[in-house]
Amino acid sequence: MSDDLTGNPAPDSFKGLNIVVCLKQVPDSAQIRVHPVTNTIMRQGVPTIINPYDLFALEEALRLRDQYGGQVTALCMGPPMAEDALRRALSLGADKAVLITDRRFAGSDTLATSFALSTALTTIGQERPVDVVFTGKQTIDGDTAQVGPGIARRLGLNQLTYVAAIDSLDLARREIVVRRRAEGGVQVLQSKLPCLITVMEGINDLRRGSIHDMLRAARANVTVWSAEQAGVTNPMMCGLRGSPTVVKKVFAPSPRSEPAEMVTTEAKRPAQVAEAVLDLLFARNPKLEADLTARKGA
Amino acid sequence: MSEPAAPAAGRAGMRKELPEHFRDYRNVWVFIELERGEVHPVSWELMGEGRKLADKLGVDLCAVVLGQKDEATRTAIRMTWAYGADICYICKDKVLADYRNEPYTSALTGLVNAYKPEILLLGATTLGRDLAGSVATTLKTGLTADATELEIDHEMSLAATRPTFGGTLLCTIHTLNFRPQMATVRPRVMAMPEPDMKRPSGRSVWYTLGVAEDDVITKVLEFVADATTNDVNLAYADIVVAGGMGLQSAANFKLVRDLAAVLGGEYGCSRPVIQKGWMPSERQIGQTGKTIRPRLYIAAGISGAIQHRVGVEGADLIIAINTDPQAKIFEFAHLGVVADALQVLPALTEAFAKRLGRETRILEEA
Repeated sequence: MSDDLTGNPAPDSFKGLNIVVCLKQVPDSAQIRVHPVTNTIMRQGVPTIINPYDLFALEEALRLRDQYGGQVTALCMGPPMAEDALRRALSLGADKAVLITDRRFAGSDTLATSFALSTALTTIGQERPVDVVFTGKQTIDGDTAQVGPGIARRLGLNQLTYVAAIDSLDLARREIVVRRRAEGGVQVLQSKLPCLITVMEGINDLRRGSIHDMLRAARANVTVWSAEQAGVTNPMMCGLRGSPTVVKKVFAPSPRSEPAEMVTTEAKRPAQVAEAVLDLLFARNPKLEADLTARKGA
Repeated sequence: MSEPAAPAAGRAGMRKELPEHFRDYRNVWVFIELERGEVHPVSWELMGEGRKLADKLGVDLCAVVLGQKDEATRTAIRMTWAYGADICYICKDKVLADYRNEPYTSALTGLVNAYKPEILLLGATTLGRDLAGSVATTLKTGLTADATELEIDHEMSLAATRPTFGGTLLCTIHTLNFRPQMATVRPRVMAMPEPDMKRPSGRSVWYTLGVAEDDVITKVLEFVADATTNDVNLAYADIVVAGGMGLQSAANFKLVRDLAAVLGGEYGCSRPVIQKGWMPSERQIGQTGKTIRPRLYIAAGISGAIQHRVGVEGADLIIAINTDPQAKIFEFAHLGVVADALQVLPALTEAFAKRLGRETRILEEA
């Protein structure tokens, strides 16, 4: 039905939404360790997970598909082992999975990443136009929140970031109403498909994969594309070469020049330790004591 | 949409010489975030930081004000002079009444292409991040998110430092041969400067947008203001007590709340506590949570990872309590206690209550 209204031909019996979820495989941040001497990340043995925010994006995509029909494709850029993340997405219910992996993608900053992903999205869209692209509000390793807007801008998708709820979707009118987290409140936005939505954590309750999907995921093929197969014609736009930002230095901050004054705790009861802390604190900052006292009395 | 400037040839970041077509990019710009009649304080914090960068480069500090024709926009423009603007680029249009990505991206990229700043700073708010990502992609330039430190290096390039690898290390990022060099900075990371209300007005430059309401696909149906203002209280509190994994359970956070209550302050927690689900996410302190600049910060059972450190370093005085004498938190605390927070917190609550209470009685008698 949407096909008639948008003037797009309906080449097959596909009904519903064509949804792509962009997700990233990240190291489990709780387990990252830094080598104490060389200040490099010790990656070995650190388990990888799907970026937690992207799981909410995947769940929201699956819910729309379950309600309106259609299909969900999980798309990931990363090393070959990122196939694990996509297989997990399949086990949670995604219909298809595409991994774009190529040495030429290595060292991509957010601009080069949005280039690679949007190129792959264009290729995916050649089969059937993509209606909604979902992704998490940010990743837990980069924390930039820049790739989503980058994809939206490159593909001319209506950009809906920090979405806390999807209020309604009218497939015939290709209209969507979402609640977007803003400073000090929530914007209720009405927009049109095709759009890109970045979702907030907690927008939904994550499902456990069904036995059926888990079995399917074990057998399913993850489509693996090189840069060329993804549709990249100019490799200069990819990876380090396509990244305008340059990391010049990675380092651990040095301790404060004046070391912390340590309160001795030996042979002291907690009450005595607390008294000692207060003595040192108010000796350093007598005005704080006066202000706190005045506040309490006020 | 304005055409982006052509990128430099070759490996994007590594060439020493700035391409010819970027050499006339000058001045430091700060995007003034005006939403629903209020300027977000992060904009003025960035003006303070932008002033330092502009002075180091010997260029003008410029503010960008986008909004509708109303008193709030006029007030925002007046305040840019008080916060040090030499030039204010202004676009007033009714399509800019509420923040929406499309018209704001058009206005800001249009201004950049017309007036060519070398540095463009935005607050890392939901609005600033939504806008910065679009603008940087349109301009095909570099953008550093959540910078915690901005400097001009010996090559007159912007060096933006931010936590990386999930906040385990810091990295310094440059945009060497693209312009403008863009960065976002979270609220409260930079100090709030004092406005100088007697500072004379600078030069106003008016920009016409040329986007009609019918051209904008996304409409704002409603704005639902938050009922609670926890956010603001924590970021702007002058006393903050926070707990980490050393607290061992959600129930033990009562000890943190008790101490905060006695001090008349706010309470928060570190990131792993949020991941455990022991506290709501708006209580998170650190790079991806709230940045705080209190007069007193008490960190109990928090190890002090970099992503936490960058969120609390602006505190005047930090007291750290941790059982591990090697904990990173002792590298940046002012006072340290190697002890179990579960024992020290209630003792501190009692000691503060006693000391401040006694002082109160004396004050009342006097």
